[in-house]
Amino acid sequence: MSDVKKFMFVNRKAPYGTIYALESLEVVLITAAFDQDVSLVFLDDGVYQLKKGQQTKGIETKNFSPAYRALEGYDIEKLYVEKESMEARGLSEEDLLVDVTVLGRAEMGELMDQQDVVLSF
Amino acid sequence: MLHIINKSPLMNSALDSCLRVAPSGDILLIEDAVYAATTGNAFESKMQEAMKRFKIHVLQPDLEARGLGDRIIAGIMPVDYGGFVELTTTNNNCQSWL
Amino acid sequence: MKYGIVVNEGPYQHQSSDSAYLFCKAAIEKGHEVWRVFFYHDGVNNASKLTEPPQDDRHIVNRWGKLNEEHGVDLVVCVAAALRRGIKEENLAKGFRISGLGQMVEAGVKTDRLIVFGD
Repeated sequence: MSDVKKFMFVNRKAPYGTIYALESLEVVLITAAFDQDVSLVFLDDGVYQLKKGQQTKGIETKNFSPAYRALEGYDIEKLYVEKESMEARGLSEEDLLVDVTVLGRAEMGELMDQQDVVLSF
Repeated sequence: MLHIINKSPLMNSALDSCLRVAPSGDILLIEDAVYAATTGNAFESKMQEAMKRFKIHVLQPDLEARGLGDRIIAGIMPVDYGGFVELTTTNNNCQSWL
Repeated sequence: MKYGIVVNEGPYQHQSSDSAYLFCKAAIEKGHEVWRVFFYHDGVNNASKLTEPPQDDRHIVNRWGKLNEEHGVDLVVCVAAALRRGIKEENLAKGFRISGLGQMVEAGVKTDRLIVFGD
């Protein structure tokens, strides 16, 4: 399997205001089928994608946040949140709807440098 | 790594986030990010700081389109689209900070 | 080098499809191969054959089509994103094809560099 590459999906945008978060998740799920080394990163407002308790009935839009919990079933287990982004938004790990690895900005930067393909939406 | 930024730093945090997270490497400013390569705006001091850690490049056609071809901060390297392509070959990977 | 390109924004609204096109042109001029351009999000609107810009403006859709015709660049439009936005086979411009998201992942796997243009 010489074709295995390190794919990183960088999510920097909040959900619902734009479609990027949802369509990014759709790509992630497809990538799982290609047997690549997949990581998801949540930076800046992207952290809000993982906030527990999203209720979208009032905006007549599909709540796609449960899909983050399904990622494990697709063998996508590398979810990283940048500590500084999370703290700047008054959030902690308990506020997030999935288990993530919290990384400081320097560790996050190092991880990015190691990737083959970085996709951001 | 090549970091590609396309937003004005006065309107959007993309460049700030890149500078916060990335340790070093090449940064290419395109589209509305070219304002970050110019003198006299409120972001210039941050840019001067960033130049100590990163090699900064700016897409000249985008700068000229915005009437700022003569306002480039000394030390920032102007490139054309060919130079943009070149940067993607000399770096092993790249990231667009969208 | 072999390139894959992702375009995430619509034509005329955002500069990203112009930037992506000019990047492709420069890469080809330097002797590189642009293997595939994948259109996602509002980028799927780059593939509408109903596009009619004013006479004195660039024709973004046809410009992509020419890249396909002259340099064999594979122009792929994401089916899910396209259907959401009313892009179908019947209004698809010449040179484009509609396919699944797997084609974007494949572009990441099979090319040397995948460059994303968007907002």
